[in-house]
Amino acid sequence: MMGLADPWVFVAYLLCILSALLCVGWGAYFWNREEEEVRQWAVEEDK
Amino acid sequence: MSIWMITFVIVYFFAVGYLGYRGYRATQTAADYLIAGRKTHPYIMAMSYGSTFISTSAIVGFGGAAGVFGMGLLWLTVLNIFVGIFVAFVVFGGRTRALGLRLDAHTFPELIGRRFQSRFLQGAAATLIFVFMPLYASAVLIGAAKYLTQQLGVPYDVALFVFTAIIAVYVIMGGIKGVMYTDALQGTIMLFGMIALIVLTYSKLGGVTAAHQALTDLASQVPEKLAKGGHAGWTAMPKLGSPLWWTLVSTIVMGVGIGVLAQPQLAVRYMTVKSQKELNRGVPVGGVFILMMTGVAFVVGALTNVHFHRTAGQVSIAAAKGDVEAIIPMYLQQAMPSWFSVLFMLTLLSAAMSTLSSQFHVMGTSLGRDLAEQSPRLRNSKGGGMLVTRIGVLVGILVSAYLSYGLEKAFGKTGTEIVARGTAIFFGLCACAFLPMYAGALWSRAITKAGAIAGFLAGAGSSLFWLVFVHEKESTALLLCNKLFGVRSLGIAMVEGKEVFLRAGKIIWAFVDPLFVGLPLAIAVTIAVSLFTRKFSEEHLKRCRLGRTA
Repeated sequence: MMGLADPWVFVAYLLCILSALLCVGWGAYFWNREEEEVRQWAVEEDK
Repeated sequence: MSIWMITFVIVYFFAVGYLGYRGYRATQTAADYLIAGRKTHPYIMAMSYGSTFISTSAIVGFGGAAGVFGMGLLWLTVLNIFVGIFVAFVVFGGRTRALGLRLDAHTFPELIGRRFQSRFLQGAAATLIFVFMPLYASAVLIGAAKYLTQQLGVPYDVALFVFTAIIAVYVIMGGIKGVMYTDALQGTIMLFGMIALIVLTYSKLGGVTAAHQALTDLASQVPEKLAKGGHAGWTAMPKLGSPLWWTLVSTIVMGVGIGVLAQPQLAVRYMTVKSQKELNRGVPVGGVFILMMTGVAFVVGALTNVHFHRTAGQVSIAAAKGDVEAIIPMYLQQAMPSWFSVLFMLTLLSAAMSTLSSQFHVMGTSLGRDLAEQSPRLRNSKGGGMLVTRIGVLVGILVSAYLSYGLEKAFGKTGTEIVARGTAIFFGLCACAFLPMYAGALWSRAITKAGAIAGFLAGAGSSLFWLVFVHEKESTALLLCNKLFGVRSLGIAMVEGKEVFLRAGKIIWAFVDPLFVGLPLAIAVTIAVSLFTRKFSEEHLKRCRLGRTA
């Protein structure tokens, strides 16, 4: 497949591209989809 | 060396200097210096994460390794993208950011120390980073200085000094903002360089399928020594259970693929953004970046065999006279147009500088913030935080530069070999020592302070033992095993004067990565000790987002 002798290497080649596409899809889907209170609390407790 | 190359290098250094200055101007507080005030743009964060992760050794060293092992190395790219980016940003990143904010932590050791309410853990984690990271930094620094020496014709000592000094200025003055601004520029240059490399390579070899087919047809040309080790051609995985298979799967794929999750210089990146939304926006940038870095390096590295076979009648490793690291530079010199050498020079400079700047920064924060500032004398003093950390960064840089300059002079070839293993040693050690307690810190109510400490010590101790005495790549370079036991690895027995690798079924112990031993042991010890020791209060767990209703 695609000139690659071993199916395991073909799967790796394909998964590289699919993993990158998963990342792109995730970013696109969540692009527009607690801070000061937490920060203040943390600083006070630390003091 | 052309006038164009000198011009571009000078312009590049000025651009880096300008961005470092911008970082310096934007740094007002210790939080700015350590975690960029938690307000970094997702593109800058993701590019900084990616370019820190990818050093020259990932492109030249691992690209050359692909020239030997073949395209089976692409499994590492799969892990790099899925584990190193997707799981890291989506699963670990959000939790780390939120916990860092709640505990007001500014460094990885501080996060761990505050989560487990243990100054010992903070100090021990920082010590481990400060002691072993210079070895990793030296490996990158030596590679960069040697490359500059080759390309620009300047003496090695001068290249080492100038290169270190430029990075030192913007890291010490600009802090993490200086580091991340320059990382984003460097990552962008790397992206252009690697896109050009894959397009030029595939078009030169007749297209994607034709190039792969030509490489497949070379299977009969595998050198005899590699074939004996299990090599089955450059578009096939090595034979299951063979020494080459173990090296490929255990050390290269798993060791680096899993080890990335517990890298302190990468984990701190999650704490530099404002919310999970920024991390989600960084995922596509990181995923595409890593695909174009390691994916391209491994494919091109393997395909160099086709080029060398067509032009010299030899496979890559033979054409490079056995020097794995010479495969990619030789290929570029012979097969790529002259304009590309300038772009690739900047790509490699960027890869080295982006990794080194983060290493120097995290070494400095470990020494300054986590060790010096936690000392009884400085603990309750006000101010001075940035100065102490800046001094820490300077000390880290000096130690790394000394190792790069002095180790070879002091120990000859042995010194060089120790540094060459620096990356693998640091990745393996971090995974075994940090990963169980880091994951426990983010998700588990049950891990106790004693459990975290015991797991850390078990992971660090066992992986160090395995590195020094069993894993033959490191144990051979470190010489200690040979001095004490008369063999270069305890996974090797001498039978009638010949070396025999000890096996258990298909397992060849000398090729098993420390990760396979240290990580399960550290997890088991962490859980076992936590079962019998005092739990944290409900109040503390609530604060760490691990309350019963959280």
